[in-house]
Amino acid sequence: MTDSFTQHSPHLANRHAAEIRFQWAGRVAIFLALAFLFVMIGSIFYKGTGAFWRTYVALDIDLSKDAIDPQDLAGASYGGLVKKALKAKFPDVKARRDRRKLYGLVSSDAAFALRKWAEENPAELGGVRKFWFVASDDVDVLRKGGIDVEGKESDRRVSDKELKWVATLAAEGRIEQRFNWAFFTSGDSREPELAGILSALVGSAWSLLVCFFLSFPVGIMAAIYLEEFSKKGWWSDLLEVNINNLAAVPSIVFGLLGLAIFLNTFGLPRSSPLVGGMVLALMTLPTIIIAARAALRAVPPSIREAALGIGASPLQSTFHHVLPLAMPGMLTGAIVGMARALGETAPLLMIGMVAFIADVPQSILEPATALPVQIFLWADSPERAFLEKASAAIIVLLFFLVVMNLIAIVLRRRMEQRF
Amino acid sequence: MSVSRAQGFDITHKRKLNIAALAVHGMMILSALVAVLVTVGIVFSLAFEAWLFFEKVSFWDFLFGTNWSPQTALRADQVGASGSFGAIPLITGTLLISFIAMAIATPIGLASAIYLAEYAQKQTRDVVKPLLEVLAGIPTVVYGFFAALTLAPFIRMTGEGAGLEVASESALAAGVAMGIMIVPLISSLSDDVINSVPQSLRDASLGMGATHSETIRKVILPAALPGIAGSLLLATSTAIGETMIVVMAAGLAANMTLNPLDSVTTITVQIVVLLTGDQEFDSAKTLSAFALGLLLFFATLALNVTALKIVKRFREQYD
Repeated sequence: MTDSFTQHSPHLANRHAAEIRFQWAGRVAIFLALAFLFVMIGSIFYKGTGAFWRTYVALDIDLSKDAIDPQDLAGASYGGLVKKALKAKFPDVKARRDRRKLYGLVSSDAAFALRKWAEENPAELGGVRKFWFVASDDVDVLRKGGIDVEGKESDRRVSDKELKWVATLAAEGRIEQRFNWAFFTSGDSREPELAGILSALVGSAWSLLVCFFLSFPVGIMAAIYLEEFSKKGWWSDLLEVNINNLAAVPSIVFGLLGLAIFLNTFGLPRSSPLVGGMVLALMTLPTIIIAARAALRAVPPSIREAALGIGASPLQSTFHHVLPLAMPGMLTGAIVGMARALGETAPLLMIGMVAFIADVPQSILEPATALPVQIFLWADSPERAFLEKASAAIIVLLFFLVVMNLIAIVLRRRMEQRF
Repeated sequence: MSVSRAQGFDITHKRKLNIAALAVHGMMILSALVAVLVTVGIVFSLAFEAWLFFEKVSFWDFLFGTNWSPQTALRADQVGASGSFGAIPLITGTLLISFIAMAIATPIGLASAIYLAEYAQKQTRDVVKPLLEVLAGIPTVVYGFFAALTLAPFIRMTGEGAGLEVASESALAAGVAMGIMIVPLISSLSDDVINSVPQSLRDASLGMGATHSETIRKVILPAALPGIAGSLLLATSTAIGETMIVVMAAGLAANMTLNPLDSVTTITVQIVVLLTGDQEFDSAKTLSAFALGLLLFFATLALNVTALKIVKRFREQYD
């Protein structure tokens, strides 16, 4: 007898070892999933934070009367002045091809910036003045360490000469990194150093607005009908199955629906936030209905019975008593649905919100793009500087998603305290 | 439901109120109808465009053709003017990437669900569960970006270091990213299912002297199997319909291969490629996207209906 208590059979030891292994399998699985999450987010932040800073180059611009005539501001060659300043800085650059490279150190925006300054400050014209211009994307990437300086010259976008010029400018304190406000205040651009996310953000905002005002009322009404009024039967079963299936239809199919019906049959404007919002609304509708039904179910029946008991009609009971109590839960569902819609890309590609949009859309009928589509477009671009922009745009997108989900969580907590 | 039957309380005399009530009622029914209309709209619009496509290209050539090169001729006498629309390479590509994704997501999702439901302490659960849900909340374009620009070069480098030939847009990169994306789908549904297995089954097994892991493997998992199968089917349907990850990380060439290191294309990628950019609307090339869409819709629908049915039946079993 005592033996069987004190001596473990080898079989039992094996079983216990299996137990330990089994537990570790679970830990490893969770670790793998979370490690992937952190590596992904980490690498995007690592790549993207650079885009919030931008490289500037200082040049001494000749503002004398010969260069810019104060009477005729529009007649001056601002681009020429910037080129002249670069030539003066590096007088021994003679060959045409080298000159062109030299001029390429600053962004093509420099001439516009100079002109704008001159038009705003005509009184300060004259003499020589130091200006900070936006550097070209190659210089920007170089200064952020994105170019392998040690490697072969033919393998990199920046030649040895350009490296030397940049080094000279940097040694004189003429190169600086500043916060890139333009990233938030300008639209897309062909030049990476000038590209921003404002047009995409506004496009997303318009689309979400349309999406919310279509899907929220419809979703809530449908949920109230299903939960409070419809009788159980084939009709409510059909609706139920239908909604559950819609929730699992691939998002690109909604895009195809939008293309075939909203664009080709109804002739609504292509690429517009109106159509984008409509497609997103169809996609979000099942999420909202399911969440709204759960919120209605969480309202205790005593509320309905009390309302009916003092003479309220079923409609009054629902709209005056049940609905206000279920509202926080419904809003939570709506916000979660909106957050999903904000990150959705594929259906928007189908309805043409994938165009190059530099201007901020002023209404829901103008061509627009959306934040995730902008990320897709930038990620697809061969220029390295755009990849940094794409990562930064992802950071902004994730920021909005976090904020929306936090609001949803706070609302949910409040609701839980109530009952 | 007991409330809705208490309607016969009609002592009101105001017709106005009744009209308003009728209007509100009508609006509610209309709203509920929208959901049905969307489904009908999807089926009809896809079927209509696909019908136009099948007038140009035979249905059997589409479903069983092994060559996909959709181009429309600029001139009638051009070489390769007809284009060919065999969907088999796209289907195999879609299945290959979905298979890789499921091969990653199933063990990770199931093991984490089991650990969270059976072993983890409450504090661990409260931290890990929301973190896993975060994976589901991240937009797919972000996964696509990571797969195309970090994962794919990494896999290529590793593979070439081991002397393998790896395409720069390998199916593996897209599959791995997609797999991680669907982990929370599997883990949260399986977690629910495992939690709903009655405690009495656990107690009986432990009482007989089984270890915890033996109880899980021999009692709980078999009991939870239908629900878990449902969650796996739903995850597969998501993988098949997923678009952005494959658009960004998988290739465009319709290769028929089962090698995960090769580049393949999928149904969703081709839909996007065919329908972005300028196109004339009634060419076979454009219309073929709708035929692909129809195929995708029915494939995912079949998976979803089966999955929902299984899960529902499972719930009824223990409720």
